[in-house]
Amino acid sequence: MTIHSLMPAGQVGRSLPRLEARAKVTGRADYVHNLRLPGMLIAKVARATVAHGRIVSIDTSAARALKGVFAVYTGEDIRKHIPQPYYGPAFHDQPILALDKVRHVGEPVAVCLAEDAHIAERAAQLIEVEYEEMPAVFDEVEAMDSKAVVHDVLKPAGTFPDLKHLHGKKDTNIALDFHLKRGDVEGAFASAAHVFEHEFHTQQVMHTPLEPMVSAAEPTREGLTIHTASQSPSFVRIEISRLLGWPENKVQVKVPHLGGGFGAKLYIKLEALVAALALMTKRPVKWSLTMEEQFYTISKHATTFRIKSAVDADGKVTGRSCAVYWNGGAYADIGPRVTQKSGFTAPGPYDIDNVAIESYALYTNRPPAGALRGFGIPQLVWAYESHTDLIARGLNIDPVEFRRKNILREGRPQATGTAMKDAAIDLVLEKIAERMNWSAPFDRGTGTVLRGRGVGVGFKASISPTTSVAFVNIYADGSCALYMSTVDMGQGSDTAMAQIVAEVLNVQTENVRVIHPDTDVTPYDMATLGSRSTFHMGNAVKLAAEDAKQKLEAMARSVGVPENANIETREIFKKKYGMQAGNVMGVGSFIPTYKSPDSVTGMSDNITPFWMVGGTGVEIEVDTETGHVKLTKLINVADMGRPLNPNIVETQLSGAAIMQLGFTMFENMEYDAGQVTNASFADYKIPGIHDIPPDIENHIVLAEQGGGPFGAKGVGESATFGVSPAIANAIHDAVGVRLTDLPLTAESVLRGIRLKAGNPIGE
Amino acid sequence: MSEHAKSISFELNGSKTEMLVETHENLVELLIRMNLNGARESCGQGLCGCCTVIVDGSAVSGCLYPAAFVDGKTVTTVEHLDNNVHLSPVQEAFIEEGAFQCGFCTSGFILMTHQLLEEKPKPTDEEIRDYLAGNLCRCAAYPEIIKAVKSAANKMARA
Repeated sequence: MTIHSLMPAGQVGRSLPRLEARAKVTGRADYVHNLRLPGMLIAKVARATVAHGRIVSIDTSAARALKGVFAVYTGEDIRKHIPQPYYGPAFHDQPILALDKVRHVGEPVAVCLAEDAHIAERAAQLIEVEYEEMPAVFDEVEAMDSKAVVHDVLKPAGTFPDLKHLHGKKDTNIALDFHLKRGDVEGAFASAAHVFEHEFHTQQVMHTPLEPMVSAAEPTREGLTIHTASQSPSFVRIEISRLLGWPENKVQVKVPHLGGGFGAKLYIKLEALVAALALMTKRPVKWSLTMEEQFYTISKHATTFRIKSAVDADGKVTGRSCAVYWNGGAYADIGPRVTQKSGFTAPGPYDIDNVAIESYALYTNRPPAGALRGFGIPQLVWAYESHTDLIARGLNIDPVEFRRKNILREGRPQATGTAMKDAAIDLVLEKIAERMNWSAPFDRGTGTVLRGRGVGVGFKASISPTTSVAFVNIYADGSCALYMSTVDMGQGSDTAMAQIVAEVLNVQTENVRVIHPDTDVTPYDMATLGSRSTFHMGNAVKLAAEDAKQKLEAMARSVGVPENANIETREIFKKKYGMQAGNVMGVGSFIPTYKSPDSVTGMSDNITPFWMVGGTGVEIEVDTETGHVKLTKLINVADMGRPLNPNIVETQLSGAAIMQLGFTMFENMEYDAGQVTNASFADYKIPGIHDIPPDIENHIVLAEQGGGPFGAKGVGESATFGVSPAIANAIHDAVGVRLTDLPLTAESVLRGIRLKAGNPIGE
Repeated sequence: MSEHAKSISFELNGSKTEMLVETHENLVELLIRMNLNGARESCGQGLCGCCTVIVDGSAVSGCLYPAAFVDGKTVTTVEHLDNNVHLSPVQEAFIEEGAFQCGFCTSGFILMTHQLLEEKPKPTDEEIRDYLAGNLCRCAAYPEIIKAVKSAANKMARA
């Protein structure tokens, strides 16, 4: 707990509960999950049973014959209505329903529609598909030069300049190759006193929002209305308009609350199919995924990271080379952005003069991978903070001391050459060390229970350049509303943004009405992702509120109200319009400056508008007879600038850390020939209440983000960064076993212990 | 409704209710037809607790509970706790402690907390964890949930 000061109006910096708290505790909050439309059809899809294969035939006759089935469609039926039915944010590579071939198990191949969900589901099971199986590739490193090629031709969407050179490329699975080179890396290795080289792996995991992905579309006189559990309503509108060849104003996208998102509900997912079906059937259509189906829809990239460091005789890292391979699955989704945006931070928050980075987005025949709470950063921090610990141990230097010696401090250039600004990496490290009492003697346990401790610190650049627009409307009675397309998926954005409006207009936050995303009403926002909303939308909201305030003041002057007069807003409106009438509409639009990395060197002197910094300290116990690891203390520390709502951001810290704890200790999508064998909560365990360590601390370091609204910046991901390496480092500390693959299961710990003791366990 | 539909009568949130239900219909689907959306099917396997409903005083997983089985029984959902007027002490405590983020799992946690506090008015941390182990929260508001349960226990003891 940290004490933070309130801003003058007492709204920013205030820990009020979420505005929608009452609706949530009474079961009355609004989710698309609840939506029922008159005459609505339910969609259920039949999914591919092979990882890679040509579609020879699809027999839908039995499904069509089932009583109560309204229609059955395949990809070819969709193509008759939408000639180019391929979507995606980075590549137009994903067919609305499979065409010609399937690229992963679980890919939607045909869809059945009925008024009764049970009938639609039964019909989907009656669809028979014959495939001519093709060789498949599942591993990201093998995909680099595999004979199995997932896409015959690469089709970049055209939105990202660094993907344009891939247009029309054949015989490759590489969906983006990012390269960065600064200084003389070869020279650094040639003159190094020590060289360390390691390879780390992360596994594929799934977001599992408890509100499974769901979208509905209804035909309207004007065009289409799409109700969707989406983190990016503006993008959905743009992408559906493009697919249909319509102007944007014919597509309305509405988003109420989300039952979790974590990156799963980004860009475009179920919306393209429901839009097509609503147009084809002229009926409202709703498609709700089951928990199992989510595993075949989007996931977090599995990775291989080869990292090599040159270190001088004083323990200073002088050179580092990084090669990162991102397993993007069958469709690119936003993987190429992850590859670049995270890729350029791969050497970690360290001051290293000579760096080389290669980062590759790879197509494979697994379900697609995209953004998941950290946009690739947790995979990188896992590797570079494990590597950092190994170097410190190799040189017999205390791991915290080694970090102090090498840490990237204010003003020093990051790998891209951008000078660090408002990134309290050192404060985060020192806070962890302080809270862990790092310099004091540590109880290492006895007998079969040994204790260890570890730390990990990571950083992340924001997604740039992206735009947010907000409106603040003051009504004639003096009440006000905020119109924005930021999606509240549980992070508390409605409340935090209302606090900004309230602070500017000097009203109570509880009296600010927040209008949920409705693209017919709320203005453009790039998306709710990458912890960008607080900074980007926060600035737009602040500008909109200030604009409204200035317009209200101008109106007051125009009707002869003297400066600083103590007059109620409603009286100003009455003087202007003669009655309770009129509006004052403030508009705010924000896009930060940014310079994209040079296409050859990867360099930029303005790579991000702000940095997120997060670190973790843990204490653990290892049972040396079973390999079981028990987390006894978890310390989460982040630099989030000045928190808008301290209590809400603290729950973001512990929530993010606990989610990453699942990805660290047990979550893992397991496969057999491309088929996920544990796609349900019966077999895929997520953290439950028993997994929470007895001692959790959250700390926000005292910092302020230049250019942030009231000095604030994003927070949703920061506490994920350090968790995995901190625990692996603590395991090493406790029992001398180094694990390089996630998850850190009891089995892998025990195998390590037995191997070290010269008594290995057989396969 | 099909020819297999069955007529049932039960008490729903204090009101006598008669309905026709399909044999394959589960309790969550029945409640949705009554515009009660607080119990939600998420994992579909009775493992996450989002679909928790109280039937004759005991918590059940509504996604696994055949709707026809509530014939003659008493059904209570989260929507009944405040009667659209006053929040229960548990609901108040969940708000005060910030014991939820997205809110999708919250109905289940709140109903289970009510049941826990009826059985054990002063639960220990371990008892709270054991009792709520069948409810999952992907936002991981668990530390705040534990605080809220204790706070609710104190409120109820004072009342």
